[in-house]
Amino acid sequence: MFTFENILDLPLIWGGLIATAVLLYVLLDGFDLGVGILFPFAPSDKCRDRMMNSVAPFWDGNETWLVLGGGGLFAAFPLAYAIVMPAMYIPVIAMLLCLIFRGVAFEFRFKAETSRYIWDHAFHFGSLGAAFCQGLILGGIVQGIEVQGRSFAGGAFDWLTGFSVMCGLGVVAGYILLGATWLIWKTEDVTQDWARKAAQYILIFVAFFMGIVSLWVPFLDNDLHMRWLSQPNIYYLSALPALTTLVFVLTWRSLRNPVKEAQPFVYSLGLFLLGYIGLAISLWPWIVPYQVTLWDGAAAGTSLSLMLIGAAIMLPIILGYTAFCYYTFRGKSSHEHIY
Amino acid sequence: MFITDLDPVLLARIQFAFTVSFHIVFPAFTIGLASWLAVVEGLWLKTGNNTYKDIYKFWVKIFAVCFGMGVVSGVVMSYQFGTNWSVFSDQAGNVIGPLLAYEVLTAFFLEASFLGIMLFGWGRVSKGMHFASTIIVAIGTLFSAFWILSANSWMQTPQGFEIGADGLLYPTNWIEIIFNPSFPYRFFHMVTAAYLTTAFVVGGVGSWYLWRGEYMRHARIMVGMAMIMAVFVAPAQLLIGHAHGENTLHYQPVKVAAMEGNWERGGNKPLYLFGWPNMETETTDYGITIPDGASWVLTGKADGEIPGLKDVPPEDRPPVAIVFWSFRIMVGLGMAMILTGVFAIVLYATKRLYDSRPFQLWCMAMTPSGFIALLAGWFVTEVGRQPYTAYGVIRTSESVSPVLGEHVALSLLAFIVVYTALFGAATYYIIKLIRKGPAIIDEGETYYGHSMEASATKKGNE
Ligand code: HDD
Ligand code: HEM
Ligand code: HEM
Repeated sequence: MFTFENILDLPLIWGGLIATAVLLYVLLDGFDLGVGILFPFAPSDKCRDRMMNSVAPFWDGNETWLVLGGGGLFAAFPLAYAIVMPAMYIPVIAMLLCLIFRGVAFEFRFKAETSRYIWDHAFHFGSLGAAFCQGLILGGIVQGIEVQGRSFAGGAFDWLTGFSVMCGLGVVAGYILLGATWLIWKTEDVTQDWARKAAQYILIFVAFFMGIVSLWVPFLDNDLHMRWLSQPNIYYLSALPALTTLVFVLTWRSLRNPVKEAQPFVYSLGLFLLGYIGLAISLWPWIVPYQVTLWDGAAAGTSLSLMLIGAAIMLPIILGYTAFCYYTFRGKSSHEHIY
Repeated sequence: MFITDLDPVLLARIQFAFTVSFHIVFPAFTIGLASWLAVVEGLWLKTGNNTYKDIYKFWVKIFAVCFGMGVVSGVVMSYQFGTNWSVFSDQAGNVIGPLLAYEVLTAFFLEASFLGIMLFGWGRVSKGMHFASTIIVAIGTLFSAFWILSANSWMQTPQGFEIGADGLLYPTNWIEIIFNPSFPYRFFHMVTAAYLTTAFVVGGVGSWYLWRGEYMRHARIMVGMAMIMAVFVAPAQLLIGHAHGENTLHYQPVKVAAMEGNWERGGNKPLYLFGWPNMETETTDYGITIPDGASWVLTGKADGEIPGLKDVPPEDRPPVAIVFWSFRIMVGLGMAMILTGVFAIVLYATKRLYDSRPFQLWCMAMTPSGFIALLAGWFVTEVGRQPYTAYGVIRTSESVSPVLGEHVALSLLAFIVVYTALFGAATYYIIKLIRKGPAIIDEGETYYGHSMEASATKKGNE
């Protein structure tokens, strides 16, 4: 059986690929979940139609990155999948249920007449719940999972802590920022003005939660403390908060400048990217934090090799046609029912 | 509390069975509908007949609802392996994981991205590009079926792996894994099942319009195309299903014994048209039988030997009654589909295909037949595989996640409530769309400024 084990560090490559899939998920589905959270606060029904149309052609493709993240974890790190899923049983199921509501809302809302408000709520609460659960799962993983042998050995509510709730709120705020800046880019007039205001407001919250979580992480675990705060690490790593602060300032300025339409969105993506890098530094080299490393949790070399061929061929193609779709639906979104 | 005594294995099985059965209803319909829509759009481009365009634009709305339901329930499935069967996932992940990963890479992104163009690209991309998107979505659904059925078939007839010292499965031959013995049969049987399911829905809706005397031009095309499927594909399904059964006889003899309700191995075995398999007394009671029938069907000889349930100890037998009955429902409906095709030929020959009222009623009654047959088929396959998750290798009772029974019970309850509500809503909106009928092209409707088409047609009968 063929394998690239001897020439490539497959677990490392796959760790990177899955991290990338999750990052793309967070960035892409982040903005459409954010649009969903903002939905009921829009000034008018027409604005809401525009908001929905601005994400309708994309949400399914965006959510597929979550399937790649989950399916990829199963395939590349079955042990990690087998530990994390039971450990996060409740928030994962809750997230899936929320995603169901937000997904069907797209189809049902335009077909409903009298019952439209139900799907407006489904869209809003589904997006909000999914975002919050994703934050809880993130927090639950970062703070560590109890493992015995090859199984999860902790309690059903281990994931529920002050830290994970803080992460949940942080993710909600972050997605709102992405959603609002996306709307600045994809809409005009009233909707755009309103989105600009919303973005300014939420940016403050994002800064607050990102600050709290970042300060909290080094105190979760002794190793993390060493990693971030010992000398000389602290000198190199302080570049990250410095850069993040800079991007916050840039985002703020672009939000105050009415001619900038795409920039706020790009800067918000940058904020997420920096937060994600911070996370990666904390979690390295664990796939199940502080219990299983990338190398201990990886699938067999032949399995990783087979998938690597598929990923090497398919990922560029996927990125290509994803870009094509975004290009097809470029420009400002309209409020009309589009099919 | 009573829920604390619930058996987590049983609950996990019920939850998985419920969520996957709910899921498969939608793919089965979208796989067939995507291919059919591609044909309809092709016919429109080729003939320029706007009736095809109306039909496309009508069914694509229903397609969108079902596709959406397929996606949201499918995302649940990809996490159910971990939440419900984490031990299985850990043990078999090396083998089965890559197949699912390939499904995501080759199918899901393709479907999801081009679905956007198919639904919302009307007028934004050229006609050719739009047609290409429809075809790509259709191909995506088939890729998806390819990989997931490969994974499922491997669980039925596992090969191409070895068990390591750590108890995990390690792949030794990918070709053997992907093209495992039951896969070709299962793939064709399932794709054909999806096409038949769609055909009977389309035919049923068309017949309803004929019955009410509405949208006659559209309805004739729908019924006509559906009947072509019934005439050619329904009999093909019988042959494929039969070959599938012979393959199962070889690899999973106990399953076949359960389908036939046969307890003792031997020849001259009857075919039960009706019966009640009793696991306590190890007999099939109240039988109405065709003598030597089962031996004939499975081996081609009256005295051909067929396996019996007593070949294996009781703890290795599947729940017989479910397999036995599901199998009869599936085959019975398959026969009804073939019969529909025969009726259609006769009516067509006597030029009454679009006028016969009883036939319209029959077709309306057959609308859900595909879904029922399909679910029944899956129940045969999956329940017949018990008590194993990977047949002969990993037992179901050893696959389950270390999750408390009450949490599984609660999440199962949540799934049931949510899915029932959504299923109700989806059905309601689909019926509403069907009542509204195809929008006949009018002034406002243009494609890339081709407003020439506009004056062509008016609502109502010809
Ligand atoms: C024979 C076909 C078939 C079967 C047996 C299954 N599916 Fe499925 N699935 C499809 C055929 C399909 C599809 C045709 O590709 C769908 C249906 C509608 C759709 O949107 O894509 C889909 C959607 C779909 C999605 C959403 C994809 C997206 O984001 O676009 C996921 C994650 C799954 N499925 C996962 C599963 C799993 C884990 C299954 C097994 C337990 C499963 N499906 C059984
Ligand atoms: C007409 C006669 C038919 C025969 C003889 C037949 C035969 C079979 C057999 C033997 C199996 C079980 C295979 C196994 O698990 O080992 C099966 C499964 C199945 N059948 Fe049928 N079938 C028929 C009609 C239909 C029809 C009409 C449909 C749906 C429209 C259908 C859908 C399915 C599905 C979805 C499965 C499960 C997946 C699979 O194992 O392929 N079948 N069939
Ligand atoms: C899509 C149509 C399908 C239907 C309707 C279906 C139905 C079922 C049913 C009824 C059960 C419960 C059997 C029992 O516990 O007695 C089951 C179990 C299971 N199925 Fe399927 N199934 C389908 C497809 C799949 C596919 C494609 C896979 C894997 C790739 C799969 C994997 C499993 C697993 C892991 C279990 C649980 C373990 C077990 O009970 O054996 N199923 N399914």
